[in-house]
Amino acid sequence: MLSKKEVQHIAQLARLKLNQAEIEKYQKQLSEILDFVEQLEKIETTKVEPCRGGTNLVNVVREDISQGINLEEREKLLNQAPLKEGNLIKTKGVFES
Amino acid sequence: MELNALTILEAHQWLKEKKISAMELVQACLRQIDKEDKKINSFITVLEEEAIEQARKIDSKIKRGEIKNYLTGIPLAIKDNILIKDVRCTAGSKILENYQANYDATVIKRLREVGAIFLGKTNLDEFAMGSSGETSYFGPTKNPYDLERVPGGSSSGSAAAVAAKMCLGALGSDTGGSIRQPASFCGLAGLKPTYGRVSRYGLIAMASSLDQIGPLAKNVDDLAIILSAIEGKDSFDSTTVELDFKVDLPKIIDLKNIKIGISKEFFGKGLDKNIKEIIEFQIRKIEKEGAEVIEVNLPHIEYALSCYYIIMPAEVSANLARYDGLRYGFSYQGKNLLDSYLETRSQGFGNEVKRRIMLGTYTLSAGYYEAYYLKAQKVRTLIKQDFERVFKEVDCLITPATPTIAFKLGEKIDNPLKMYLSDIYTVSVNLAGLPAISMPVGSANNLPVGLQIVGNYFEENKLLSVAKTIEEILTD
Repeated sequence: MLSKKEVQHIAQLARLKLNQAEIEKYQKQLSEILDFVEQLEKIETTKVEPCRGGTNLVNVVREDISQGINLEEREKLLNQAPLKEGNLIKTKGVFES
Repeated sequence: MELNALTILEAHQWLKEKKISAMELVQACLRQIDKEDKKINSFITVLEEEAIEQARKIDSKIKRGEIKNYLTGIPLAIKDNILIKDVRCTAGSKILENYQANYDATVIKRLREVGAIFLGKTNLDEFAMGSSGETSYFGPTKNPYDLERVPGGSSSGSAAAVAAKMCLGALGSDTGGSIRQPASFCGLAGLKPTYGRVSRYGLIAMASSLDQIGPLAKNVDDLAIILSAIEGKDSFDSTTVELDFKVDLPKIIDLKNIKIGISKEFFGKGLDKNIKEIIEFQIRKIEKEGAEVIEVNLPHIEYALSCYYIIMPAEVSANLARYDGLRYGFSYQGKNLLDSYLETRSQGFGNEVKRRIMLGTYTLSAGYYEAYYLKAQKVRTLIKQDFERVFKEVDCLITPATPTIAFKLGEKIDNPLKMYLSDIYTVSVNLAGLPAISMPVGSANNLPVGLQIVGNYFEENKLLSVAKTIEEILTD
């Protein structure tokens, strides 16, 4: 069973804010789900290679050249940001408290 | 005959013979949407003007003799996690409620090239997370067979739209069963392609090693028609595979050449006995037609759901980290950056999304990564190996598509684990990356029952032919 503190910690890592009622709710639900998936412990996997994604393809690459974008497209993209200054997207400072 | 009741193949014939126009097809669908969708809630965005304009353009081309493809002039619905340029794309979430797509998904580009027409964006569980359609920010979609029941999810709107004849076909996406399960609940054919067959560029990512875009339609021929238009290597999706054979219209085949595998793990506890009877009855019919039915073993299949519910949330937690309100979407300006993130995401995401993000964050965190995520990826290898071994002996596997018929709205939404069990027969297929079809084979309590056929990697043509042949047998 996850502790309330663990749930708070997970939420913080995931950048989610939970009130007390939510912490209790998710504590119960997440614990139930984790109890269920723990059945995998029973399986012998010491010599098994883990899957690395959905495909066996490797090193699918392209030339490292940048591709331009036209002004209209650029405007559209920038206009989706809630805060702008000229052509820059504006955010609050990382180190501000 | 109501034009919106035609199959894609029938509509194509009539368009070629100039019996009908694309405009008439589109108008018939729009009338049906107008008439039924308030009750059903399949569509988040209806593209009425755009569809009419597309139809006008296509009709002039058809007049000049330019019907280049089965899909030319055919009205389709598109799940609202697939981007159509300059059209709102919400992923069924408040956090993208007013987001406008800046580009076409590759599948949309390809559908445009063949002259398909987009009727609108269909409702879905939020960020494709759900098995009922009930987690959508835009309200649940109802099952056209019984408005008090769910259509299945997460491609809830796409399934309901096809079943209610609001379109001739639809695109959905499938990460753990999200095309096949709603297809089963709504009496439709649905196909999840082999991982790498269809480009995911322009699909709002849920779990990148599992997601695939695929068709939902009235029958197997129509599935093949849509799949052949959207499939193929794409330089924008590095997980797509170059193949020297395309998907074709399926042929009826001689079942004497086909070996069907039945795995008892798919017929055990939890399977509704009416569904079990119907599926077993169909298997006996297929055997009577000459197919060899072989019992096979998939010893790790019982762990597929656990494996899936570790890997998928882990990938979800990474894929949804981008929704921070800085560059697009719902944005809350808090007192500082952390506060902005916390409020934007907590207000913008629904409960199921939060649940899965947290599950994934936990299993990927330091100290837990090996016990959960790494372990699950190893079990995934074992599951894949089980299938690979079985496909050395058989051509296809047949299983039920879902353990129950469409359940009632509200029945499972408060119990996440109970909801997750709806996908018990479908998730292993995504973990292995195999192609599978769900098709209607009867009904129980007046609700559709679906049968699943699983094929080997990239053998969609064989899969479609087996499905079409079974479809023929069923109508005898």
